[in-house]
Amino acid sequence: MKKNLKGKIALIVGVLVLCVWGIFGASTGVTGKDLTEGLTKRIHLGLDLRGGAHLILQVKVEEAVTAETNNTAALIQQDLKKANLSYTQVIVPDPAKPQVIRVDGTAPASSNAVRTLLDSTRYSNEYNLDSVGDNAWTLTMKQPVLTALEAKTVQQAIEALGDRVNALGVSEPVIQEYGLGANQILVELPGVENESDIEKIIQGTNRLEIHAVVGGPYKDEQDAVASVGVGGSVPAEDELKSFTPVTGGSSDAQSVYVLQRVSIVAGNDFRSADPGTDMNTGRRNVQFVLTNEAGDHFYEYTSKNVGRSMAVVMNDQVREVANIQGAIRDRGEIVGSFTQDEVTALSKLLSTGALPASLSQLEKRFVGASLGADSIHQGVTAAIVGVLVVMAFMLIYYKGSGINADLALILNLVILLGIMGLSSAMSSASGGGGLTLTLTLPGIAGVILTIGMGVDSNVLIFERIREEVRAGKLPSAAVDQGFAHAWVTIVDTHVTTIVSAAILFMFGTGPVKGFAVTLTIGLLANLFTAVFVSRVIFDAHLNKLKPGEPLSI
Amino acid sequence: MELFRGVNVDWLGKKWYFLGFSLIFSVAGIVSMSMHWAKIGSPVPLGVDFKGGTQVQVKFEQAPNINRIRQAVAAAGIKDSTIQPIQDINETGGNEVLVSLPEQHDESSLDQGRKQIVDALQANYNNPFTVRNVQVVGPTVGRQLETKALLATLYSMLGMLVYLWFRFQLIYGVAAVVACFHDTLITVGAFALTNQEISLTVIAAILTLVGYSMNDTIVVFDRIRENLRLSRREALPDVVNRSINQTLSRTVLTSGLTFLTVLSLYIFGGQVLRGFSFALVVGILIGTYSSIAVAAPMLVAWQEWRGKRGKAAALPAAKRARG
Repeated sequence: MKKNLKGKIALIVGVLVLCVWGIFGASTGVTGKDLTEGLTKRIHLGLDLRGGAHLILQVKVEEAVTAETNNTAALIQQDLKKANLSYTQVIVPDPAKPQVIRVDGTAPASSNAVRTLLDSTRYSNEYNLDSVGDNAWTLTMKQPVLTALEAKTVQQAIEALGDRVNALGVSEPVIQEYGLGANQILVELPGVENESDIEKIIQGTNRLEIHAVVGGPYKDEQDAVASVGVGGSVPAEDELKSFTPVTGGSSDAQSVYVLQRVSIVAGNDFRSADPGTDMNTGRRNVQFVLTNEAGDHFYEYTSKNVGRSMAVVMNDQVREVANIQGAIRDRGEIVGSFTQDEVTALSKLLSTGALPASLSQLEKRFVGASLGADSIHQGVTAAIVGVLVVMAFMLIYYKGSGINADLALILNLVILLGIMGLSSAMSSASGGGGLTLTLTLPGIAGVILTIGMGVDSNVLIFERIREEVRAGKLPSAAVDQGFAHAWVTIVDTHVTTIVSAAILFMFGTGPVKGFAVTLTIGLLANLFTAVFVSRVIFDAHLNKLKPGEPLSI
Repeated sequence: MELFRGVNVDWLGKKWYFLGFSLIFSVAGIVSMSMHWAKIGSPVPLGVDFKGGTQVQVKFEQAPNINRIRQAVAAAGIKDSTIQPIQDINETGGNEVLVSLPEQHDESSLDQGRKQIVDALQANYNNPFTVRNVQVVGPTVGRQLETKALLATLYSMLGMLVYLWFRFQLIYGVAAVVACFHDTLITVGAFALTNQEISLTVIAAILTLVGYSMNDTIVVFDRIRENLRLSRREALPDVVNRSINQTLSRTVLTSGLTFLTVLSLYIFGGQVLRGFSFALVVGILIGTYSSIAVAAPMLVAWQEWRGKRGKAAALPAAKRARG
């Protein structure tokens, strides 16, 4: 009885074409070199094959909380003074519990007044008030507020790191929150050549400051020294900083400024900064908000220095120079002849340039590109040797049917690679969203394991067919029985291994996840090739068999 | 070509030999693990993933002199460093050295170790080098990974037990899990005996082994179940023997083929995967062996024990007429 296989064969060919496109679809030509390039564009390599750095950083959120509570403490002091209520100190008593503020030494007689003041909405929105005895108080930050502050700190750190990583020109960096609620950040930088570059990102000075301009702009350092210098160098309370325009506009040339060494405003004094337009002149400016304490200090400085210039300095470079137009407290504008780009860049700089809290490294792994290339080379060699050995054996042991098994094996690999290529094609088509499957070194090992375990399905089926043939059944019946009996066992064995792989995926880190992924996809593809495709090939062969001709197995 | 036509070996008869074999390897492994525990506080040498610390892999232009490197590192005031050359069967180029520092408890200076090593080598040892690989693991992450590895292993075994309970009966599940335990013990023992490190990828290999050993055991159990359904009068040991003989060719072939592919990985796969492929090489051999020598005899022993206590002699699988 001949079977109609046209539909099934069409399906198999369709899958084959789709997967080949998935692997090579990005090639521009058909030469060996073009194909390899297309392949590398489609198959997304993990850090251990591409080379690069993997870091887990701990954000010390306590620093941000301390800054916030210190601020509030200053506010409380101001308010108490204004209301003429006496106190001995307002501090954050325990560095390990930065969310607690303590007010000491209030007069017991005025305790009602103090309570009213500390209970006002200014504080009670964020803090819970408790009295300690009759002359001390504690304010504890409310839990939701604390959590929100910590989360915001981590987000700001992620943005700041992102800016720096972009400046270094790393392609496809990964910077994201890691470890639920642990305030950790995962950073992955593929293709970083020198592990000393990693330092520039993490340990780079994150000071963002505003300094008073003493003199400048000068053409270069010598000019500056000649102008302001005393005895061949700048005075001790000043320093030289060079200036490169932020957006690289027409004034690309570098110049040198002489700035006062002590800053007026430092990075964590900025609460926020936004681009805006001046209401009166229509010119673009950057509108910023400082913290209260910084605001006071700034007010003092600016009211004395109208008409002078200030320089915005980041990472030891002058980023922008602006004029002081009037006294500024905590809200102000930086005005200059900015283009839209410059304004946006400057505000971004002011709001995100500084890291809100310091970062400590919990884990760092760096794989040099040479080791990555070696690993690819070795992995691929092992895979090819494995495939060849298995294919040769199947041919020798199962003769004609061995060809069947070998074809199924090759198709299995093509589908496996095809799915990985397709996943990255689809996610780049959808603009970087979606799931990209990554090939890691253990992933290559997973491919090799798939080969060995995949051929198991064929062995199961063939052995069963042999038994049936030996028991006297006709070829077509033997094939039927072989597939039917083996199917249950094939499903069982695949499911157990896939369950293992799923658990590995859940608990493993990057390279191990890659292993779980290739193993799972390989085995799922194997279910298709070893059962469906092999069956179709057998049926096609049976259609051609003359009556009485034995099955080559 | 056929290797296993008409095999008729009395496997269960040889169970005492198997037990002896398993015991020798298990005990050797346990002894070696105890010695390691006494010396370094863990049963097997642990990779940097678990024990934390700094590991820098450096490739020199000229053949490195280990003593000179030791001097160079000590001269910079770095204490407790370990320096090992990387031997590899197939290493492209050689001249590679691994410098390790133990775990630092102060996480804010975690990266200092690496920097110190690189600076020391540059300053005190006149041999240009490139840094090929760096791993720095702090105690927080080290502990996280340990927990993850343990949980993964536990869940794996549990998952297998439940799956087998569902597909067969509980005793099959227990027998299979015992076989897996046996495999894991001997594999880890092999690492202790050969003084190799266990890293996270090695744990991945071991978990894969668990899945693979289950595979093997399931194939034999499937056949036992089928045969039990077909011939209810035959004595259990005979049924089990016959099942093993029938599936022998498939078992040896598959394991053989998988073993060959994994061997290819061990030989050609390079130094990064060395531990991983070693675990698989040992594990596949032991996993195949255990399906025949541990799981099947356990089934029979259980049933004989039940029989002695006067309970029904039928193995539960015969009751279920599943497809």
